[in-house]
Amino acid sequence: MINRSILFGALASALLLAAPVKAAEGGDRPHRESWSFAGPFGTYDQGQLQRGFKVFREVCASCHSANFLYFRNLAQEGGPGFSEAQAKAVASEYQITDGPNDQGEMFQRPGRLSDHWPAPFPNEQAARVANGGAYPPDFSVLAKARSYHIGFPGFITDAFIQYQEHGVDYIHALLTGYVEPPAGTTVQPGLHYNKYFPGHQIAMPKPLSDGQVEYTDGTPQTEDQYSRDVSAFMMWMAEPHLDARKRMGFQVFIFLILLSGLLYFTKKKVWKNVSH
Amino acid sequence: MAHAETSGTTRRDFIYIATGAVGAVGVAGMVWPFVSQLQPDQSVLALSTTEVDLSPIAEGQIVTVQWRGKPIFIFNRAPKDVEAARAVPMSQLIDPQPDQDRVKSGHENFLVVVGICTHLGCVPLGHQGNYDGWFCPCHGSQYDSSGRVRVGPAPLNLPVPPYTFTSDTKIVIG
Amino acid sequence: MEGHSTYQPQGKVARWFESRLPIMGLLHSSAVAYPTPKNLNYLWTFGAILTFMLGCQIVSGIVLAMHYTAYAPVSFARVEHIMRDVSYGWLIRYIHANGASMFFIAVYIHMFRGMYYGSYKAPREVLWILGVIIYLLMMATAFMGYVLPWGQMSFWGATVITNLFSAIPGIGETIVQWLWGGYSVGDPTLNRFFSLHYLLPFMIAGVVVLHIWALHHVGQNNPDGLDVKSVAKDTVPFTPYATIKDIFAMVVFLLFFSWFIFYIPNYLGHSDNYIPANPLATPAHIVPEWYFLPFYAILRSIPDKLGGVLAMFGAIAVLAFLPWLDTSKVRSARYRPLFRQFFWIFAVVSVGLGYLGSQPAEGGYVIASRILTAYYFIHFLVILPLLGLFERPKPLPASIADAVLARGAKGATAPHAKA
Repeated sequence: MINRSILFGALASALLLAAPVKAAEGGDRPHRESWSFAGPFGTYDQGQLQRGFKVFREVCASCHSANFLYFRNLAQEGGPGFSEAQAKAVASEYQITDGPNDQGEMFQRPGRLSDHWPAPFPNEQAARVANGGAYPPDFSVLAKARSYHIGFPGFITDAFIQYQEHGVDYIHALLTGYVEPPAGTTVQPGLHYNKYFPGHQIAMPKPLSDGQVEYTDGTPQTEDQYSRDVSAFMMWMAEPHLDARKRMGFQVFIFLILLSGLLYFTKKKVWKNVSH
Repeated sequence: MAHAETSGTTRRDFIYIATGAVGAVGVAGMVWPFVSQLQPDQSVLALSTTEVDLSPIAEGQIVTVQWRGKPIFIFNRAPKDVEAARAVPMSQLIDPQPDQDRVKSGHENFLVVVGICTHLGCVPLGHQGNYDGWFCPCHGSQYDSSGRVRVGPAPLNLPVPPYTFTSDTKIVIG
Repeated sequence: MEGHSTYQPQGKVARWFESRLPIMGLLHSSAVAYPTPKNLNYLWTFGAILTFMLGCQIVSGIVLAMHYTAYAPVSFARVEHIMRDVSYGWLIRYIHANGASMFFIAVYIHMFRGMYYGSYKAPREVLWILGVIIYLLMMATAFMGYVLPWGQMSFWGATVITNLFSAIPGIGETIVQWLWGGYSVGDPTLNRFFSLHYLLPFMIAGVVVLHIWALHHVGQNNPDGLDVKSVAKDTVPFTPYATIKDIFAMVVFLLFFSWFIFYIPNYLGHSDNYIPANPLATPAHIVPEWYFLPFYAILRSIPDKLGGVLAMFGAIAVLAFLPWLDTSKVRSARYRPLFRQFFWIFAVVSVGLGYLGSQPAEGGYVIASRILTAYYFIHFLVILPLLGLFERPKPLPASIADAVLARGAKGATAPHAKA
């Protein structure tokens, strides 16, 4: 047992040495929310995805692109659950640049299922000019591209409890994190104070407020609810096969546990007469 | 003793067979995704419709458009081509099919066929051969003005893709 | 691989073939009749697990290459295309991305097992060095693979690692430009990395064949570190004994692997790699993949550019000299009480270096990294040579069979002490 005590002693001293240092992270730590898609049996809530889609369409999409989101995805299994006809109807409401035609010219036509979500700006430079120099990031995988500092031991326990929702936690916190700047803070012109944004000064003005988007299913039309719904929608956009992944994971686990049990007894049988 | 020996053997055999069977199922399950990924992916499947404006196609002209990566021939046939195609007795055809079944009624002049020779997949040349249709340069098959095979080695007519007229001058293929 | 089998094929055709190409005899002698020490524990199953992981990475990688495009403006989108559109593409990509980490977890267990039981000592020096070469090839392969999705971490990881070579005096800058195929990491770099990432696993497979050949020539080490005295008493045939044990361990390892694939597939990656590469903005904290972190900590602990690079490569190169740095005649730590304690300190130091590699290079983290880096080298260059001279090992059992027998007798009175 001597080696065990040395082990812990060394580990403890390494941590003590490291403890006084704190990473220079700006931005408060987001809260952990409860998401329908968290955990081993988590699935997307279709109603929430549909509401989130509405918020995305009516609010976010005026500045943010979502280049990997195709109209066909809206009718895909494990998604917001629109029918193919509904997805086609949504697509046809947008004008898509196509071409060149036989005259060598680009032309506009209504969207089809095979088109991706039209970007609000033709290129990054145009987006920057229209947004005071800031580039509104593409939404496609943003929910997986954001996180926050978790630290020890949280980063280890998260592997055991399967907590993977840091990105949506951050997005929800950011969307609802617009507060009055603390006294003595000067906010740069064109920027806005946000509790959760690294450095606290963000170019995006407060995007959501109560009653802004109409919900027809009786869900409260609050800023907080909009934020949750659009965060969930962004998670689906970033990980559209999450439902299938977790479902298959469960089947694989049942199978592997059965097989390893059988193999254990087979191994015992084979080794029965050998002392080892 | 003899009884115990027998039951021991049975139990051992059972666990070996069970493990082997479950293991085989597992291997098959592991292989399936790697085979399944070979099929056309979602983005390919989504590109399955093509819209074509027929108004610029003059009488007697054949245009080629692309649908699912394949050439589609659209032939605006003159009345004499239609008549010729309809006058052929079925007995003379390798793959008998009346011209009426290969076009949409009301738009009999337009023939829409997949431009791939049914022999080995070459693209036949339009307005060539002896039947006012197509001639395949690879192995000499000939098609008539209805896209039906008239001279082998091709065994079948040029297939008609699924399409609908959305207006008098527009079709959607697929 | 040779001499363990007197395999005679059944049937006329098989005999005709065997007398012209004795491949069945080779397979029989190396995978069926090959004698394995009967006291091997489950740590010895990691060789088979590693072989499985290599196959898994090659198969999933070939499939991904069918859908991927190595062209800087589209590579990020192509990976997302695999994740979204290809049938089971998400599964295959998560298998491949997490498989790399599983491969390293298994190889680190395999290496530490070799260190604990003295598997690198005579006559297994060449076997060990071949292992170090495989490890180096794995690192190169994993690094280049991480560049292919062309996210922010891909791009900046490639920039930082290739810049290591700029530390070489005189020709460094030229070498780096040749690695890049340009004046910075860009599309030419991505293409050559893709080409090499496809090639290297097959080179690994080649060295693995040599590694197994060397292993089967000298025979396996074992937890008691004793030579096989009698094949009949000390060993069991590879099939079915080792085969079934390896398969069982592999399936248990698959359970662990599946946890990552299906439930936390992005846990071991970095969220910044879901941001497309941007040559104009470096992420706030750039860190390599976890399996490089100890070496990254060593690199950063030295305040000099060339010195840091030398220390980092030295930390890997020193492994190749391990058979001669460890002066003890006794192999297994079971019979080396002092070494056993230093082994565990070394293991903790390695993990500690990994933790420090993930932290920002400032303040106390730097001091801690320097202390642990110094200890890393002291372990190999001072402690191991001296231990062999001053340590008094415990008496060794006469044979593997005796060791097993002795433990069996102890096990009868204290069941929890079972080997």
